[in-house]
Amino acid sequence: MRVLGVETSCDETGIAIYDSQYGLIGHTLHSQVALHQVHGGVVPELASRDHIRRIVPLIQDLLVQASSPLAELDGIAYTAGPGLIGALLVGASVARSLAMGLNIPAVAVHHMEGHLLAPMLEDDVPEFPFIALLVSGGHTQLMRVDGLGKYHILGESLDDAAGEAFDKTAKLLELAYPGGPALAELAKQGRDGIYQFPRPMTDRPGLDFSFSGLKTFALNTFRKSDGNLHSDAAKLQNRADIAYAFQQAVVSTLAIKCKRALQQTGLLRLVVAGGVSANQALREKLRALAASLNAQVYYPRHEFCTDNGAMIAYAGCQRLLAGESDGLEINARARWPLNQA
Amino acid sequence: MKILAFDTSMQACSAALCFDDECYEKYTLAPRQHNQLILPMIEALLTQANCQLKDLDAIAFANGPGSFTGVRLATGVAQGLAFAAQLPLLPISTLAALAQGAWRLHAARNVAVAVDARMQAVYWGQYQLNQEELMRLSEPELICAIDALPVFCDTNVWVGVGDAWANPQVVSQVSDVQNLTAFYPDSYPHARDIVELAKAEFAAGRALECAQAQPNYLREYTVKA
Repeated sequence: MRVLGVETSCDETGIAIYDSQYGLIGHTLHSQVALHQVHGGVVPELASRDHIRRIVPLIQDLLVQASSPLAELDGIAYTAGPGLIGALLVGASVARSLAMGLNIPAVAVHHMEGHLLAPMLEDDVPEFPFIALLVSGGHTQLMRVDGLGKYHILGESLDDAAGEAFDKTAKLLELAYPGGPALAELAKQGRDGIYQFPRPMTDRPGLDFSFSGLKTFALNTFRKSDGNLHSDAAKLQNRADIAYAFQQAVVSTLAIKCKRALQQTGLLRLVVAGGVSANQALREKLRALAASLNAQVYYPRHEFCTDNGAMIAYAGCQRLLAGESDGLEINARARWPLNQA
Repeated sequence: MKILAFDTSMQACSAALCFDDECYEKYTLAPRQHNQLILPMIEALLTQANCQLKDLDAIAFANGPGSFTGVRLATGVAQGLAFAAQLPLLPISTLAALAQGAWRLHAARNVAVAVDARMQAVYWGQYQLNQEELMRLSEPELICAIDALPVFCDTNVWVGVGDAWANPQVVSQVSDVQNLTAFYPDSYPHARDIVELAKAEFAAGRALECAQAQPNYLREYTVKA
């Protein structure tokens, strides 16, 4: 079965073709980072306007590039949520209508299901059941995954998502948007032991997260220290030290909860997905954790950690193979709990 | 000639499938349900007319101005269908569709279309009937602050169409009001009127390849600092 995947939930237009027999046939992506950079964050209306300009040419290019004409498609999958409603509607309207015109089934895919199944696109595929840590700018969730559509939320962030905390802390350290990766880069110059940040909610049982306090802690640390420093070099070093301590706190907190989830369930497979799963410090920490528990960690390749069409094509293909398909409604929802997908 | 047309740009949702001598249309007032309704409507028309997309000559749609989301929905649907069936696209102004409807329903020859654009502004277009009984712009469409609406300077009898005419400020701002004889503030585009305008566009060779048919927002989007 050959499926076209369409992702437009935020600021990337992602298109891919996945074939259940041959694997990933091709994928392409347009990132709007440059468009939103000047505004310091994603502007929803500008995102929607860009998606509608790009989506069809991107599909056309991919079909040519992958030598896979429309007539060879057996289904179309699109991200129906959660995300920016206007942006979602662009991908949904084009994808659903294209499927109707081709007389093939369409399926609405949950964005986070796409992320958590993204490691399935790699050679080393995790078997069900496994624990999944989804960490992105919009989500921080720990789930038990027993099979396609069988998602049990073990814990999630009660306030900011991990990636959101990264971006907000980066902003107060005066790093350019998108700040998360810039903060991780700056943290490389940071020194261990200068600042000690708390590990929120690790001193009590449970698998929920809270990251908004860390951002405030970073702000207070910055305010207390920055004014006392007089050289640019010292100020920069101080910021790097804060970035380092902040990142360590987030990464340690995530690792502590992952360890708990693995121990509570007795599972030995951990899937890590979402934009923050590209973070090097997190990967090192989880590698060490896995080694200590004799567990395995699975990641998508770097380019599929962030939003992409390949994960949507893959997830949609599995849904279609399982016999699902939608009616003619064009589905888009800003909010959509994963356990209802 | 066979044309499918539809509109999701305002509170109404409509689709029409027209051949040379017959026209099937569906129309409903359904704010915020366009995404649920539009494809089933189109499917029902195709079934009713015992016709397939590939039998059509072109697809037309209202590409704005109107609700940003609604205009993009229509554009996405048009692009998806046209891409699949390899059909050309004919984007038609939402304001022109309203004016054309005023001719069909009210025999209006000169139509001042004013659609609420929020933030104390309207989408404005002055349309006049030509010899082919098609509505044509006498001045370019524009987005305009209510207190800066254009003044009429002719002796024609005009009819006001579009929801902005429900706003007394709009009525009083058009200084030469004696030229305006009737108002239809609760009219919305009908897909069958889009078909009439689209036929002429098609004949004039103005059909577009699917990716080229884009929304006409009329309003640039500026980010508040």
